[in-house]
Amino acid sequence: MTAEAGDVLSALQIGEKARVLGFELPPEHRQRLLEMGLTVGAEFEVVRFAPMGDPIDIKVRGYHLSLRKKEASGVRVARL
Amino acid sequence: MTPTALEPARGEVVRHVAIAGNPNCGKTTIFNALTGLRQKVGNYPGVTVEKKTGRFFGSHGEAMELLDLPGSYSLQVRSPDEAVARDVLLGRLPGVPRPDVIICVVDASNLERNLYLVAQMLELNIPIVVALNMVDVAEKNGVVIDLMALREKLGVPVIPTVGTKGVGFIELRQAVSRSPLPAPAICAQMPIVLERETMALARQLPVAPEVARGEALLLLTLHDEALDAIAHHDRAIIDATRAAQQRLTASGIDPLSAPVDARYAWIGQVCAAALHKGGAHDDASISDRLDSWLTHRVWGWVAFLGIMALMFFCIFTVAQYPMGWIDSATAGLADFLKDKMPDTDLRGLLTDGVIAGVGGVVIFLPQILVLFFFLGILEDTGYMARAAFIMDRLMSKVGLHGKSFIPMLSSLACAIPGIMATRTIENRKDRLVTILVAPLMSCSARIPVYAIMIAVLLPAASGFQKAGIMLSMYALGFIAAFGMAWVFKKHLFKGDTPMLLLEMPPYRMPSLRGVLQRMWERGLLFLRRAGTVILALSILLWALATYPKPSDPEATPSEAIAHSYAGQMGHAIEPLIKPLGYDWKIGIGLLASFAAREVFVGTMSIVYAVESEDENTEPLRDTMRAEKHADGRPVFTPLVCLGLMVFYVLAMQCISTVAIVRRETNSWRWPLFQIAYMTGLAWLGAFIVYQGGRLLGFQ
Repeated sequence: MTAEAGDVLSALQIGEKARVLGFELPPEHRQRLLEMGLTVGAEFEVVRFAPMGDPIDIKVRGYHLSLRKKEASGVRVARL
Repeated sequence: MTPTALEPARGEVVRHVAIAGNPNCGKTTIFNALTGLRQKVGNYPGVTVEKKTGRFFGSHGEAMELLDLPGSYSLQVRSPDEAVARDVLLGRLPGVPRPDVIICVVDASNLERNLYLVAQMLELNIPIVVALNMVDVAEKNGVVIDLMALREKLGVPVIPTVGTKGVGFIELRQAVSRSPLPAPAICAQMPIVLERETMALARQLPVAPEVARGEALLLLTLHDEALDAIAHHDRAIIDATRAAQQRLTASGIDPLSAPVDARYAWIGQVCAAALHKGGAHDDASISDRLDSWLTHRVWGWVAFLGIMALMFFCIFTVAQYPMGWIDSATAGLADFLKDKMPDTDLRGLLTDGVIAGVGGVVIFLPQILVLFFFLGILEDTGYMARAAFIMDRLMSKVGLHGKSFIPMLSSLACAIPGIMATRTIENRKDRLVTILVAPLMSCSARIPVYAIMIAVLLPAASGFQKAGIMLSMYALGFIAAFGMAWVFKKHLFKGDTPMLLLEMPPYRMPSLRGVLQRMWERGLLFLRRAGTVILALSILLWALATYPKPSDPEATPSEAIAHSYAGQMGHAIEPLIKPLGYDWKIGIGLLASFAAREVFVGTMSIVYAVESEDENTEPLRDTMRAEKHADGRPVFTPLVCLGLMVFYVLAMQCISTVAIVRRETNSWRWPLFQIAYMTGLAWLGAFIVYQGGRLLGFQ
């Protein structure tokens, strides 16, 4: 994937904040993330990982959303 | 209904109102408060699945029908629940009139994301009243909402409410009774090219002009696969949609994301004007602190296992008492009838068919109620979402996701609520797989079978030994369920990677009233099933075990059953079950318990002509232990006992589950497939135990 474009969500650590730059995901998955408020330009914070390391709980638009690393690795982000 | 020129009669519905909103926004509480009708209130996303309506009265006493739409995040449909909501709003669900007005409930403490659905609703051209719910929580969290600005920006009435405290309902009633109710004038502005394509497509749609734009926009935002799956439009419409999507893509606009971006951009403007954050973050921080324990690497598991253990401890201990009462009550009723009635077929039908059959199922009501009490509390508090969060990684190993865990867990008490709980799973294939494997989890109806077989196997076993065998049966059920899920995902429903998107709502105090209401509703549902399907089957099974009657009137009950159709069928299937070490008498038990596995114990009592068949299983145990084949070998060898237990772990043997799977999948295909594969698996399991054990030199 286009690693040079920046980081991906799954590479972030707990407490890190970032902004969404774009997606490398199937259209259906991308659309669902968008609808849940993870739009391009949206800022979020990585809150925690599940006990087995996956999924990831992020805080976006004031609420908690969890997604798997697999999808998170397709979300290009810029650290804030 | 025939149109009438007269004034509506008193009580006649003058307005159809739908109530919609995201999961966890408190929609159901408002529905209950408005209608007084009892309904589920939960915290786990997507709790509302059945069609719920209730009647309420406007500010001038006019009757209105309120329809509770399933909670959804978007009108872009992913789950069966969300499809219902969309179809009602587009007026294309048969038998459900398109609503005259929508009450759109939004969670004030989570305004931004909640407004997304509002943005989509505004595109549907139906009058909307926004109920700005949980304003108290928002305020505590330091969120200040400028009502005037919000009203102006949304262009529709906005009523602040606190559903749990009854704040704002008078104003809400007033707002929906107002006449006329103008359709909304404002909605998110789409890019010009997209707007042009939308209107062009809208003109081709064979729907009412007022919904055409909204529907066209929904069509244009569908991805390829979803477009292919559409059944309610002509091919021509689908082709036109595709062509429009291609033109849009060519002009640099992604039809899948552009409308979403436009709506969020508009929401951004609304929030910039009306939403002011700051101050203390009380509730949120309490929730966060709780989560740092409850989803902790170590303590998260401790808490999770502790909660599960407590739940099952209560199911198997607290429920024992009422189960005992039900047992004595049914036995007492049967004895009473035996006393008072002459020994006729009718008496047999009533006592051995109706009372024994239905009583044998109703006895599980206490366990089901306790289970629903716990599930209700876990849902209401928001812990369910955490359970899914914690379990997701494990579930993903077999290709499912965390949301499948709740149905599997519930199936440990009874597969029926478990299968009903699969409705929150968006992905159809995942949902089917979960439904197919859920009955492999050892439900409470298997306990009587395990108990008698353990007693036959090890009459002098200590409590620990018994518990150990019992637990290994549960473990086998788990392994089988997860293994089969993996097999199904790998071979039957290939190439589909489910996505997990889970909202973790803040923890909330559960309302005891809501939880008890839900228990009551679910209990009634269960009883209704026992009263219909199970009653019919009990009568059928009784007839099979009674007729034809032996010519000798002095025949013993066990001779009679041997002579009956059931006995004949037992003989008929003997070649099939011989490799498992069973004789035709066990065959009768297997056949008779096809409808409900716990019937096995009662049937074996009849087959072996054991007098007492109630709590005291010792006579049956001893008779079974003494039972010999014609050549003098004992029937119930350890391998046969173990094999029978394995058989019951894996076999479907529950007609109520068949009925519920039929209803939930809307076809006979899946329940029949399920019966076939589970029976096959059960036979194979018992075969391996018996023949494998003999090869290893065991008996």
